Amino acid sequence: MKACRARRLVVGVGNPDAGDDGAGRAVARRLAARAPAGVIVRECAGDAAALLDAWRGFDEVVVVDACRGAGPPGSVHQLRAEDLADFTGLGDTSTHSFGVETAVGLARALGTLPRNLVIHAIEGHDFEPGAPLSPAARRGVDAVVLSLSSPR
Amino acid sequence: MSTNKKSSRTITVAALARVEGEGGLTLQLRGGRVADVKLRIYEPPRFFEGFLRGRDFREVPDVTARICGICPVAYQMSSIHALEAACGVSVTPEIRALRRLLYCGEWIESHALHVFMLHAPDFLGYESAIHMAKDHVEVVTKALELKKIGNDLVTVVGGREIHPVNVKLGGFYRAPTRLELAPLVERLKRALALSLEAVRFTAGLEFPGFEPDYEFVALRHPDEYPFNEGRIVSSRGLDIPVAEFEEHFVEEHVAHANALHCVHKGHGAYHVGPLARYSLNFDRLPGIARDAAREAGLGTECRNPFKSIVVRAVELVFACHEALRIIGSYAPPEPASVAVPPRAGSGHGASEAPRGMLYHSYQIDADGLVRKARIVPPTAQNQRTIENDLRELVPTLLELPREELTLRCEQAIRNYDPCISCATHFLKLDVREG
Repeated sequence: MKACRARRLVVGVGNPDAGDDGAGRAVARRLAARAPAGVIVRECAGDAAALLDAWRGFDEVVVVDACRGAGPPGSVHQLRAEDLADFTGLGDTSTHSFGVETAVGLARALGTLPRNLVIHAIEGHDFEPGAPLSPAARRGVDAVVLSLSSPR
Repeated sequence: MSTNKKSSRTITVAALARVEGEGGLTLQLRGGRVADVKLRIYEPPRFFEGFLRGRDFREVPDVTARICGICPVAYQMSSIHALEAACGVSVTPEIRALRRLLYCGEWIESHALHVFMLHAPDFLGYESAIHMAKDHVEVVTKALELKKIGNDLVTVVGGREIHPVNVKLGGFYRAPTRLELAPLVERLKRALALSLEAVRFTAGLEFPGFEPDYEFVALRHPDEYPFNEGRIVSSRGLDIPVAEFEEHFVEEHVAHANALHCVHKGHGAYHVGPLARYSLNFDRLPGIARDAAREAGLGTECRNPFKSIVVRAVELVFACHEALRIIGSYAPPEPASVAVPPRAGSGHGASEAPRGMLYHSYQIDADGLVRKARIVPPTAQNQRTIENDLRELVPTLLELPREELTLRCEQAIRNYDPCISCATHFLKLDVREG
């Protein structure tokens, strides 16, 4: 992949077929149609290797993902890569797919962490396979789309 | 920390890391001996065999693919072979070749992940791949590149990298064109070079001298290193068609695991996976993989489970070489699938998932509805062998500090690249003293 310095990447992460886990992907899909110039939008299932690949060459990266247990459903949490500094142990729960935290840890270790990485985490509550986005997650999606589609 | 051999202690790994799914290990030590080993699998049972009953047989490949996120192709392959056998259908050589190509992608993806990200940190003394990456930037970068090539191969043939959607009974929904496969050639050549490097890298690791007398079980095909087809053979002379699996192998319930333990009737525990495949099929490997194995110091058989990391690297060489061979002579199957009309009956299928032989059998009715399903994943087959390895290994490690002993036990479990999610259709360590 060619280096894309000075451009901004938004990556929507998650599984669109697992209820609120699809929130990040929903943001990417909505944003793709109305992204300001210079903003590249991608979708990703969330595998660390794929994420490392997706953000290679970008200085400025926004990752949008769903989360659980950090606040009321629909709330949006903003984290910076530095906030995940101690998060090297997430591979402890699974092995066959590594998530966003592992991607950040790996990228930092490999020296490929984008200079400016922000994670928007949308709090979900229904992660059932096949379920649509819950109304609360939808509100979170609206809020993130609005904040990311305004020119900075 | 007590290293007093006379004491009684229990070592517990509450939750095993770098394995797929949820499980743990409890080792009960008494007077310097291993009194008990329990690989506890507490990931809930998933009842796939139950809820397949009554479903249309065409749904089975995609439903069973959901058992695992890393070896969905294996589930698709074993199920379609079983169901095609039930319906008396065989596919064309072109479809068969395309299935092997898809399987190459899954092996590359899965082996690259396990060798470098899950198992190598054990050998190099790191807590995780992230910790290892800080000191081994080039190794990890190349590993991710290799895995990505595997993912991309699965995407092109299977429609997407996880849970491919292009596989159906009788073949594929759509066959990739030669043009679509062409860009993969240069990347697979790169993957082959990276795999040869992987063999040299893993061969340079340190291995404990540990060679149990396993009964190896794997598929064996007249001409090929096994993926989709072959007879079930063992290092102790078993040689049966896949349809006779259930006459020779039986699953047993054990109280401490939600996964069944599978044993060879009258023989007990056995070993499936890369060591078994390699030791039973060395002569079926292409020259480039055999040469790489010899240079790595492997013989024609390998009984040291810690060296499974080297064998996986040799299998990476095989998978890249095989993918290039298939693409080199690829002609899109026309049509992309053959018809599979349902008929009442039973069928059996086995294929070689990255972590070992995966057996499926189905009984369907004349309308194609599933009456009975049976799925025996590789980790269920290896569970008792893993416990036996620990029973044999731990007495040699009792002088080690507890933390190191625990890590060594986890490493011994990861020798099997266990997939707990598959086995419960499965890990965490608990060494107890006192």
